Amino acid sequence: MSYRIKLKGLALVVLAMVMSIASVSQAGPNWRETTNSKAAESARSGGQCVRETQWMRNNHMVLLKKDRDFTVHEGIRTVDGSLSECVACHSNTENGKHVPVNAMEGPDGKQFCASCHAFTGVKLNCFQCHAAVPTE
Amino acid sequence: MSRQRKGEVSKQDQPDQNRRDFLKKSAATAVATVAPGVVLHTAQATPRNEPVTDKVRWGMMIDTSKCADGCNECVEACNEENGLTAYSMPEGADESTWDQQRPKWIRTVKVQDNLTGHVTNLPMMCQHCEHPPCQDVCPTGASFRRADGIVMVDRHTCIGCRYCMMACPYKARSFIHENVDIKPSLAPRGKGCVESCNFCVHRLDNGQTTTACQDACPEKAIIFGDLNDPNSEVSQALASYPTVQIRADLKLNTGVRYSGV
Repeated sequence: MSYRIKLKGLALVVLAMVMSIASVSQAGPNWRETTNSKAAESARSGGQCVRETQWMRNNHMVLLKKDRDFTVHEGIRTVDGSLSECVACHSNTENGKHVPVNAMEGPDGKQFCASCHAFTGVKLNCFQCHAAVPTE
Repeated sequence: MSRQRKGEVSKQDQPDQNRRDFLKKSAATAVATVAPGVVLHTAQATPRNEPVTDKVRWGMMIDTSKCADGCNECVEACNEENGLTAYSMPEGADESTWDQQRPKWIRTVKVQDNLTGHVTNLPMMCQHCEHPPCQDVCPTGASFRRADGIVMVDRHTCIGCRYCMMACPYKARSFIHENVDIKPSLAPRGKGCVESCNFCVHRLDNGQTTTACQDACPEKAIIFGDLNDPNSEVSQALASYPTVQIRADLKLNTGVRYSGV
């Protein structure tokens, strides 16, 4: 009996690992190469985000949430996880206009945030209030 | 960055640090040139990188004897600064209902002494109490008082229950009833949260020391500054002129004081 439970547990772990690898590999086009956002430009010349790309893929929400509290409650404005800076860097332009980062259509299909969030089915609440295009 | 998270790469190690610094600097310069003629205190205009402390307590003195009947300059400046103009009446709404429910961070209030007939006009906004009733009643902790005395709503945790609106003796809070199309970067807002005056916190955090209403007042009736600094303009003014707290009987120790009421 206990052997079966262990086997089930192992199967779940393996499944979770496979799914996490799949979600990253199928998360959309490679943004480093194909778009005209500042982030893509920077990536082509060897730059990277405020952390390593893989770290950001897994943990960007942690960074955003912590820095959100630093800004709102402690007034610190020089945070890494500033949503407006994410948007400023990762939004593409089409016909001279910025495309919202959560748009389902645009240059190269789904835009930066939508490309993963649509696939993983994680609802994105940021842009009910925050601007999805760079603002001055 | 004052807080380094455990086991994470330092920001200074990042290859694009120069570019980020450049962007920040050029953004700061852009702010300074947006409105010529307005003193922006550019010398200190750097974004805050340390947590706010209780060494500073922001406060305001309003000289109501300078407030003219019908003057709306502070309200309009506030609406412009905090994106309230981008929020228009929903189609088919009743106009009087809309006027009661629209977000207002400053209201103009007219008070008449019935014995003498003397009329006082005053702007009424969040009084930034030391003991805010809105914070007491908030079930989620969204309504809070920052260390430097600013009473704010954390919209990320606000559930829109509106207890704070009921608790506030100054009717200072507004509720956003409808979806908002234009999202200002300085005051992001969406349907379902409460909000109120925050002493233009984005200005203070970016090194400026004035509020939009203060800058707009043609009579200089609004003096804003640090109540804890005895040499600040607002402290000097409070020491020189008789002022009152509205509803002083509630013992809330408000950060906004009125003279001439």
